[in-house]
Amino acid sequence: MRRIWLMAGMAMIASVGLARAGEVRIACYSDGNECEATETLSADFMKANPDIKITIDKMPFKSIQESLPVQLAAGQGPDIVRTTDFGPIMKYTLDLTPYLKDTKYWEDNYGGTLGWMRKDASDKGIYGLMTQLTISAPLVNKTLFDQAGVAVPKQGATWDDWAAAVKKVKEATKINAGMAWDRSGARFAGPALSMGAKYFAADGSPAVVDDGFKAMASRYLKWAEDGTVDKDVWVAAGGGYRDAFAEFANGKIAMYLSGSWQLTRLEKQIGDGFEWVVGAAPCGPGGCTGMPGGAGFVALKNAKNPADVAKFLDYLAQEKVYADWMVMTSNVPANVTLQKKGLPYKLSKAGTAAIQAFGQNAATLTPLAYKLQGDVMSRPMFNAVVDRVSQAMSGQITLDQAYARITSDVADAVAASKK
Amino acid sequence: MTTLLKARRARVGWDWTDWAAHIYLVLGTLVMFGPVVWLLLSSVKSESGLQAFPPTILPYEQASVNVPDRGGDLKLFKVTQGEHAGETLAEVRKLGLQSQLVDPKSPDTLIRVKIEDRTPVMHLHAAWENFTELFSQFSFGRIVWNSLFITVVATLITLLLNSMAAFALSKYKFSGRDPVFMLMLATLMIPPTIVLVPNYLIASQLGLTDSPWGVIWPAVATPTGVFLLRQYMLTLPDELIEAARMDNASEWRIYWRIILPLSSPALAVLAIFSVMWRWNEFLWPMVVLTRSESFTLPLALNSFQGELTTQWHYLLAMTVLTLLPVTAIFVVLQKHIAQGIASAGVK
Amino acid sequence: MNPIATLFAFLMNLPERPMRWAQSVLKGGRLGWVFVAPNLAVFALFTFLPIAFDIHYAVTGGVNLMPGDRPYVGGENFGSLLDCSNHFDANSCRRDLFWHGVWNTLRFVVFQVGLMLGFSLLTAIVLNKKIIGRSFFRAAFFYPVLLSPVVVALIWKWILQREGLLNATMIGSGFQPVNWLLDQNWAFVWSVAVSIWAHMGFYTLILLAGLQAIPAEINEASQMDATPPWRHFRRITLPLLMPNVMVVLVLGLIRAVQVFDEVYVLTGGGPGSATTFVVQYIYKTGFADQVRQYGLAASASLLLAGVLLVLTLVQMKGSKRG
Repeated sequence: MRRIWLMAGMAMIASVGLARAGEVRIACYSDGNECEATETLSADFMKANPDIKITIDKMPFKSIQESLPVQLAAGQGPDIVRTTDFGPIMKYTLDLTPYLKDTKYWEDNYGGTLGWMRKDASDKGIYGLMTQLTISAPLVNKTLFDQAGVAVPKQGATWDDWAAAVKKVKEATKINAGMAWDRSGARFAGPALSMGAKYFAADGSPAVVDDGFKAMASRYLKWAEDGTVDKDVWVAAGGGYRDAFAEFANGKIAMYLSGSWQLTRLEKQIGDGFEWVVGAAPCGPGGCTGMPGGAGFVALKNAKNPADVAKFLDYLAQEKVYADWMVMTSNVPANVTLQKKGLPYKLSKAGTAAIQAFGQNAATLTPLAYKLQGDVMSRPMFNAVVDRVSQAMSGQITLDQAYARITSDVADAVAASKK
Repeated sequence: MTTLLKARRARVGWDWTDWAAHIYLVLGTLVMFGPVVWLLLSSVKSESGLQAFPPTILPYEQASVNVPDRGGDLKLFKVTQGEHAGETLAEVRKLGLQSQLVDPKSPDTLIRVKIEDRTPVMHLHAAWENFTELFSQFSFGRIVWNSLFITVVATLITLLLNSMAAFALSKYKFSGRDPVFMLMLATLMIPPTIVLVPNYLIASQLGLTDSPWGVIWPAVATPTGVFLLRQYMLTLPDELIEAARMDNASEWRIYWRIILPLSSPALAVLAIFSVMWRWNEFLWPMVVLTRSESFTLPLALNSFQGELTTQWHYLLAMTVLTLLPVTAIFVVLQKHIAQGIASAGVK
Repeated sequence: MNPIATLFAFLMNLPERPMRWAQSVLKGGRLGWVFVAPNLAVFALFTFLPIAFDIHYAVTGGVNLMPGDRPYVGGENFGSLLDCSNHFDANSCRRDLFWHGVWNTLRFVVFQVGLMLGFSLLTAIVLNKKIIGRSFFRAAFFYPVLLSPVVVALIWKWILQREGLLNATMIGSGFQPVNWLLDQNWAFVWSVAVSIWAHMGFYTLILLAGLQAIPAEINEASQMDATPPWRHFRRITLPLLMPNVMVVLVLGLIRAVQVFDEVYVLTGGGPGSATTFVVQYIYKTGFADQVRQYGLAASASLLLAGVLLVLTLVQMKGSKRG
C-alpha cells in the first residue's frame, strides 16, 4: 500500500527508465583484466546475437560487496555479477537450468564448483559460472633471498622456518619487513588451518578460536612486532580488504602471502624486474594448506531477460570460448576438461613456472580448507578475524580480548542472520 | 611591491603585529595551497616517477632510447663503477643482481654490470598521458556530462523550491509556519549517512536508481538554502508587496517578478553552494548510481581507488580534473562567496 | 530579448493560472502552504519518511531490508548498544566499536571544534587588519572549503603515506620517518588537522564578517584610550563578536559530530578503531558488513540524532541568554 502511494506521489516527477529488450547488465570487478577480457568476448557474442546487448559495468570490488546486497534486497541491481562471495546473494540468484540447452555439459565440466553457488546439498540448480579458480600461496622475491644468501624454504618447511628465513633476508637486505599477508580473513585462514585451527565445532557451527588458531594468531602478532611481518598492511588505514601487492612489486618484502589471481599483475607489473617464484604452502601440525577460492559470474533473479543471461553465460562456458578467456586472463580454469588438457598460456618462463607451482599447492589443500571456503558463515568469520586481530596488532586490545571478540562477533552474526 | 611596502610604512608605520600578521598569512597560505600545488605537480609525474623516494619536486622520468635491434625502447642507465664507468648505456634486461646493457650505438655487444653499479638517467618529463589516457579509459565525456547535468539541474530546482518556501516562510502568516520552519532547520542535524538505507529503499521504489534524478530529487530541498533565503527575504520591505497587491498582481507574480529579482544576491550564494555540494557529492551517488554510464566524477575517482590496486597516476590526474571546475568558479566568483557567507552568518 | 530569458519567462508564467485559482480558494496566509508544499514534499519523502523507516528498523531485528519482513524485537537493539559494564571503557561494552566511535567522536568534537574556532578567530583577526593583498589571503584560506571530501582526503593521503612528501621532508631534515596514518595517535591527530584544514575557511569568513561589522568608531575610541590590545579584544571585540562565534560553534559542532566522508577516505577508521566515529560505525553495521544489522545501525542513528537535538537546544538556549 505504501508502495502504491509512493509511486502515485512521485509519478509525475520521477523518470522511470525502461530496460531495453535483450539487454544484459553485468556488474564486474577486475583482479587483473577479467572485465576487459569479458568485454572482448561479449563483442563476438553480440555479433552472433545482434538482438542481445551486453553491457559491462566496471566497479570497485568494494561497491560489489557493499552496495550490491542492498540493491538486490530492494529489487534492483544488475543481471549478472562477478563476485567471490556467494553467501549473501544466494537469496537473489537465478536458476539457469530451464534456459540451458545442455545442462549435462555444465554438470560434466563445472560440476565441482556449481555447488559453491547452491543453497544446500539438495539444491540442483545452476546459478552461474566460475570465472576462475584461485589458490592462496606464498609469492617469493627470489632475488632478495639470493642477495641475502638465504635459501628459499622448500616444500615441507614449517611456518617457523619461513619466518626465520624471511627475517634473515630482511636483516641482510634492509627491506621493510620479511613478509606481508593480504589483509584478509581468507588469507589468514590458510596459515591458521595449517597450525591446526578447526574453525568449526563438532556440530558444524562456527567456532573460530581454538588452540590451533591461537598458535597462529599469537605468532602473527609476535612477527608483526619484530618486523618479520609487515604490520602496516594489517594495521592499515581503511577497514576491510587491503593487499600488499605494491610492497611486493617494489621489492620491500621477501615473501608475500597472496594467491594465483595475482598472476596477470605479476607478469605485467614486475615482469623481469626481479626474479619471482611461487613457494609451497608452509606447514604446521594441521597440514600444509592454503585456501581455495574463486570468482564467478552469478545470474540474478531480477534479470529482465533471463533467457539472454543464460545464453551469454552458456556461450562463455563453451570449451573454446572459456579456454580463450582463461588464456587472456592467465587464470586457472574451473572447467574439468580444460584442467586435464592444459592451456596454452601466453606467459613468461616465470609465469609458466608459477602456474605449475600453484597446481602443486592445490594438491596439499586440506578438506577443511574447502569446507571453510564454502560455508555460508565464512565471511563473518573472516571479517571478525581481520577486524580483531588488526585491532590487537595496533595495540588497542589484548590478544585475549581479541579472541573473545571474534567469538562474540561471529555469534552475533549467526544470531542476526537467523532472525 | 617594494614601493607599495614603503608607501604603507610611510603612511602608518609597521609595528610587530603587522609583521606577525603577514608572516602568519604567508605561512597559512603555504599550508592551504601547498598540498594542492603538490597534487598538481604530482599529477604530471609518470607512474615510475611517482614511486621514486624521496620524491622529486618536478616530474622526472627515466630516459629511454629506441634500439630497434633490441626490441624497441630501452631504459638508459649511467654506469658508476668498473671498466665502463661513466658510459651511458641502455638496459636490455635485469637478471637477478646483474644488469645486461648495450651501447645504443653498437647494440650487438652485451655488457654485464652489477645492478648497484648503475644509476638511472633521469630527465624532466611531464606525463600528460596520465590525463589523455583517462579519456580512453572511461567514456570521460559522459561522466563529465553526468556531473554537469546533475549539478545544473539540481541547482535550478533547488533555487526554485527553496525560494518558494522561503517566500512563504518570510512573507506569509499562517498557522504552522514556525513549526514548518523549525522542522526544516532540524533536518540540518540529520547526517545523510544515517538515512542512507531507507533512502535507497525509497529511491528504488520510485524507480530513481541509476538515473541522475535519483541524485537530484533527494538533494534539492536544502535546509541551508531555505534558511539563507528566508533570512534575506525578511529584510525586503513588505511595502513592495502591498504596493503590488494594490496593482492587483497575483501572489505568484509577486513572488517571481518582485521577490526573486530582489533576492538575487542571496540566490547567487545559494547557487554557488548548491553547485559545490552537487559537484562534490559522493556517498549518496555511490549508492544510487551503479552503472558506469551514470557515474559522476567523484564516483569515477573512487573506482580508481579500487580494492586491489591504487593507480595513483590516474587517481591524481582525475583528482585534478575534478577540482578544476570548482576552482574556476571560485576564482571568478570568490567575492560573492565571501559576501554570501558573511550575510548568512551575520543575520 | 534573449532566448533564455524568454524561455524562463514562459516557464515561470506557467503556474500563474493554477496559482490564481489557489489564491482565490485559500484565504489569508494559507496560500503560504502552496509555496512551501513542493519543498516540504521532498523533505517528507527523503528525510522524514526515512527517519520513520529508521524508527521501524530500530525496533525490529534480523538482516532483511524490506520493513515488512523484519521481526519485532522491541528495545533489544538499543539495549545491546548501551550494554556496558563500564561505559568509559569501550572494550567492556557489548558493542565495543560503537563505544569506541562515541568516545572518538567526543574527542574529535572537542579538539576539532576548539582548535578550528581558535584558528578561524586568529585568521579572521589577522585578515581584519590592514593587510596587503587581503582578498588574496582570504581566498587562499577559503579555497579548501570548495574541495570535495574525497579530493581532500586523497590529497592528504598522498602527502601522509609512508613514502609521501611529509616523510621525505622528515628524512631530509634528519628525522626518522613516521607512519602517520598507521599510528593510532597520529592518525587521530591528522584526521583532526585535515578536517580543520578543509573547513576553517568557511568559519573564518563568518567571523571576519562579524569583525567587519564592528563600527570603526569603537576601535578608534579604544585606541584613543590606549587600551591594551588583549584587553580590547576581551572586553570589546569578543562580546560584539559573540553572535558569530555562536554560529561557528553550532555549525561546527553539528558538522563535527557528523564527521564521515573525509576521514573515511583518509583513514577508513583505522588503524584498528582509532579513527572510527559514530557515523562510520553506523555506515559499517548497516551498510558495509557482510551481515547487515540495519536495526543496530538505525538505533545508533536515532541515538546520535537525539544527542544532536539536545546539543542544539542547549546551544540555542545559551545563545539566547547570552
